[in-house]
Amino acid sequence: MAVIVVQDLVKRFNDLVAVAGVTFNVEEGEIFGFLGPNGAGKSTTIKMLCTLLKPTSGRVTLAGFDVARQPDAVRRAIGLVFQDNSLDDRLTAEENLRFHGLLYGLSRSTIKERMDEVLAMVDLAGRRRDIVRTFSGGMRRRLEIARGFLHHPKVLFLDEPTVGLDPQTRSAIWQHIHRLRREKNITIFMTTHYMDEAENCDRIAIIDHGRIQALDTPDNLKRRLGGDVVTMMTVDDSRLQQEIAARYGIKVIKDEEGLRLQVDDGATFIPRVAADFRGQINSIHLRRPTLDDVFLSLTGRAIREDKVSSAELMRLNRRHGRRRH
Amino acid sequence: MQPALRAIYTIWYREFIRFIRERSRIIGMIGQPLLYLLIVGQGIAAAMGFRGVPAGVPVNYVQFMYPGILGMSVLFTSIFSGVSIIWDREFGFLKEVLVAPVPRWATALGKALGGSTVALIQAAIMLLLAPLIKVSLTPVTILQLLGILFLISLGLTFLGIAIASRMTTMEGFQMFMNFLVMPLFFLSGAMFPMTNLPGWMSVLMKLDPLTYGVDALRRLVYSGTDPRALQYLVHYSLEFDLAVITGLALLLGILGSWSFSRQE
Repeated sequence: MAVIVVQDLVKRFNDLVAVAGVTFNVEEGEIFGFLGPNGAGKSTTIKMLCTLLKPTSGRVTLAGFDVARQPDAVRRAIGLVFQDNSLDDRLTAEENLRFHGLLYGLSRSTIKERMDEVLAMVDLAGRRRDIVRTFSGGMRRRLEIARGFLHHPKVLFLDEPTVGLDPQTRSAIWQHIHRLRREKNITIFMTTHYMDEAENCDRIAIIDHGRIQALDTPDNLKRRLGGDVVTMMTVDDSRLQQEIAARYGIKVIKDEEGLRLQVDDGATFIPRVAADFRGQINSIHLRRPTLDDVFLSLTGRAIREDKVSSAELMRLNRRHGRRRH
Repeated sequence: MQPALRAIYTIWYREFIRFIRERSRIIGMIGQPLLYLLIVGQGIAAAMGFRGVPAGVPVNYVQFMYPGILGMSVLFTSIFSGVSIIWDREFGFLKEVLVAPVPRWATALGKALGGSTVALIQAAIMLLLAPLIKVSLTPVTILQLLGILFLISLGLTFLGIAIASRMTTMEGFQMFMNFLVMPLFFLSGAMFPMTNLPGWMSVLMKLDPLTYGVDALRRLVYSGTDPRALQYLVHYSLEFDLAVITGLALLLGILGSWSFSRQE
């Protein structure tokens, strides 16, 4: 059963189209991922799904409620973990949770019970009476996840849940998320621009320029790409990019790590290219396609944060200029 | 509990906890009025004398200023409580409140009541200092004063909320201080009587809502003095002052809740 139904969703900020008409469903109990670079429309979409932003047009129903017309019912059904801090850092961990419980209409006894439960889940039981200001980034994020779950939402939204965290904390947070889903059958809707993180999802929507470019399981997305990915470092990347493309009639992409290209059968291609361009290739690697390759082939760009183009930076800046959104 | 009551209580509670946890803020908000009263007040009194009071009226300049300083402390504390929404937005906490399943107007009201509570605690401390400057207050007067101060505070916190809901960056803050808060204070009659002033200034003072608050406070503090002196100290009837303060609190309450609800 679909717990989120999105139809032709559009969001415009004056002349800027942030979300250009997206349609998809999220099934109950699923981990659904939104994958895309900064400025692709991920956060804008998530804000519309959780009633923080009014859509320009289109329709969203969540747990059977219309996001535009029944925002309060939707708000009761969802939990949110934001990309940036939304804790009150002058309060203790416990106070932040109690506060949340009160706002969501839980009784004091329920709050007390659940507080023990969620704090144990994210390993913060020992710090419950400490002021949040003294917490590390990872601890804060864990507390936010605990808080987002306190009122047992049907859908938990995670907007870049592990951005800026160390790998250890990231994997700990993912363990918590999987446990939540297993034990409570809650639906997780997340955005990310980490490829390895996206692998945790049941299904992924790849979004770019405000549109969904592909939507499938991570395995199917990679299978759809087919073949092998060959990366190589050469003596002159610019020249070989053109020459290899011309000789074999394939697309060759150049980035700071060298050349990258996609072939049906890497094992027969590599000896050929090594012979044809003898002495000009320093190293050559073969691997199965990753989600990064899928993204690259769909959008023509790598997804990593440092690859943000100037046009996207402009979009980002404009959005930051409009703090209220 | 109803969602609205829940929100009002929770937001109020948070304001209160944050207040009692910030010692520096408590010291600051008691220190500033004292600075005005003891240093600015004494200094002006020593340099200028307090002309205009009929001979034999036992009110000196510092005593004259005292109700005005009560109004001032409530003005600053209330507006800052309201405007602190900007910090909540900047540090992210506002989102947590905005996505909660409670009406936004109730959140705004909780915030306003929290700000008023903090302002009243401050005012109560100021009232305890009255004997220091030889102003005597009866318990009934103190209750009446707190009532008036509460109304003023509620309106001003809502004003802060309204401004903060529209102010999206911190840059506007200094401007808002210089062009709104300070003039509201200086034109309220807190520091000088509303007599023998240039005409344009009298007009501005009449437009300043805080004028009526200070007028009401001064009337209550000096209700026992010689009527001839009172005539010099206050300018409007208590009923009129009350009507203006109440009307303003209502108006700003509606404006503040509306602005807060409309933000995305």
